Amino acid sequence: MHQPTQPDTAARRAGGAPFSQTDFGRHKIRREAVARAVFLAMTLLMVAPLVAIVTHLVVEAWPALSLEFLLDVPRERMTAGGIWPAFVGTIYLVVISLAVAAPIGVLAAVYLNEYAKDSWFNRVINLAVINLAGVPSIVHALFGLGAFVYAARFGFSVIAASLTLAIMTLPVIIASTREALSAVPMSFREACWNVGATRWQTIRGVVLPNSTSGILTGIILQVSRAAGETAPVMFTGAVLYKAVERGSLLPYYLDDQCMALSMHLYVLTTQVPNLAQSIPYATAVVLLGSVLIVNAGAIGLRVWLRNRKRW
Amino acid sequence: MTTPAAPTAKIEVEGLRLSYGHREALHGISFHVKANEILGVIGPAQSGKTSLLRCLNRTIDFVAGAHVSGAIRVDGVDVRRMRDVFDLRRRIGMVAPLPVGLPMSIYDNVAFAPRCAGLTAKSDLDAIVERCLRQAALWDEVKDRIGSLGTKLSGGQQQRLTIARALSHQPEILCLDEFSIAIDPVTTMRIEDVLKELKREVTIILVTNLTQQARRLADRTMFLMAGDLVEIGPNEVVFSDRPAQRKTFDYISGLFG
Repeated sequence: MHQPTQPDTAARRAGGAPFSQTDFGRHKIRREAVARAVFLAMTLLMVAPLVAIVTHLVVEAWPALSLEFLLDVPRERMTAGGIWPAFVGTIYLVVISLAVAAPIGVLAAVYLNEYAKDSWFNRVINLAVINLAGVPSIVHALFGLGAFVYAARFGFSVIAASLTLAIMTLPVIIASTREALSAVPMSFREACWNVGATRWQTIRGVVLPNSTSGILTGIILQVSRAAGETAPVMFTGAVLYKAVERGSLLPYYLDDQCMALSMHLYVLTTQVPNLAQSIPYATAVVLLGSVLIVNAGAIGLRVWLRNRKRW
Repeated sequence: MTTPAAPTAKIEVEGLRLSYGHREALHGISFHVKANEILGVIGPAQSGKTSLLRCLNRTIDFVAGAHVSGAIRVDGVDVRRMRDVFDLRRRIGMVAPLPVGLPMSIYDNVAFAPRCAGLTAKSDLDAIVERCLRQAALWDEVKDRIGSLGTKLSGGQQQRLTIARALSHQPEILCLDEFSIAIDPVTTMRIEDVLKELKREVTIILVTNLTQQARRLADRTMFLMAGDLVEIGPNEVVFSDRPAQRKTFDYISGLFG
């Protein structure tokens, strides 16, 4: 039967030395070099803005950056002093919102991924989760205002703002958790079912222990989103200024209004006249720095857990 | 073709049909398996051998779009009427064709099923783990590293680990689906000897592509093709020069398939 001869093979058969170059071979190698160069260039292009942003921020913020800036309260109509109330406020909001969203999100994802059959009802839920993840944060903000501030009568408060952030992060946590669960091979589950394990015994024995790293990473990555969003907290609980003690660790009650870094940055850049430029930049550096530290922790955790990976 | 069930039948299958969506994988087959016999199941790819086993321990329930009709009775009770499907699966040991070491220690791999059944005493578990690993001809190789990961074993060792796990819940029925494809011939023979031993306690269904393995081990052999039961009978008939069906002879003598 006639088979088409491949160009490389044809050249070799034509009597060249075993590794002599054909036109096709030369082109192939050149294309390989070009492809590699293009991919590398895009990678560098992607890193460049990040480096530029961080450098610019740190240089501009340098005069104001100090431990005192972090620990002190804003003074003299925010033109002096520090950002402690906003920093603690952001920590409050992020921790409370994730404490609410993470358990609900993970449990819902386990249901959807491990228990739910492919039915009409579950398809609707899936669709809802996916679409909820794409809702703009300003819409979540409006929902939070209506649902938590007014309907639930929480008022403008830490709890209303945290719940709004929780609603916002929930669908993404569900999606990332499902991703992590799906990464556990189906054959492990079948092996468990074959010996008479229930779904829950399978989940507890094999599925969860081997997806923890992915689940945790997905949750921690939501820290940066919750910390950075302005609109949801501005609508539901964050205020311009709130007097707290310098360095105080528990300045807010759940039904208090609070300050938040993202909101504070917005206020500094738009509402405060005659402000030294280094102060908003230093605020931004603190926000970015805390998020980067948390993310670095997530990466470290992931590496540690992956080294313990067992297949 | 219907075989009247003998009084000692452990498993009775009656008019079993299975379809995945619009594709029918089993076209209504009927047979029975006697207690304490080894039933060999042979047949080319896509003949429904694995599907049959999945119907038996009802892991077919997990396959979306699979539809089963007809009856499978174990000790006279229809498996699809059983309320406690986990108990059914504990009564049936299942060895899948591809070795699966669970991502836990060798010990935990074997102790998993007893633990799921509520056994917690360390001494009991130790005894079960050693007995099962010995029966699967793996004990001597792993006894010094019983705490290391099951997934780090070689393919053949993982296959024997799978067999040990299938024995760990003391099944009455043992289903082996191509257990020897990842194992060397010497170890295969050792496990075959174990199977002959086990026959006194359990009923064995041996699905295999090696017709000679079925000839060596089985008491009776069933030939499936494209979802139909072509022939089932004692080995002396199936592997003789004159089995009931011409197709059986052709398949066994390698004329097709």
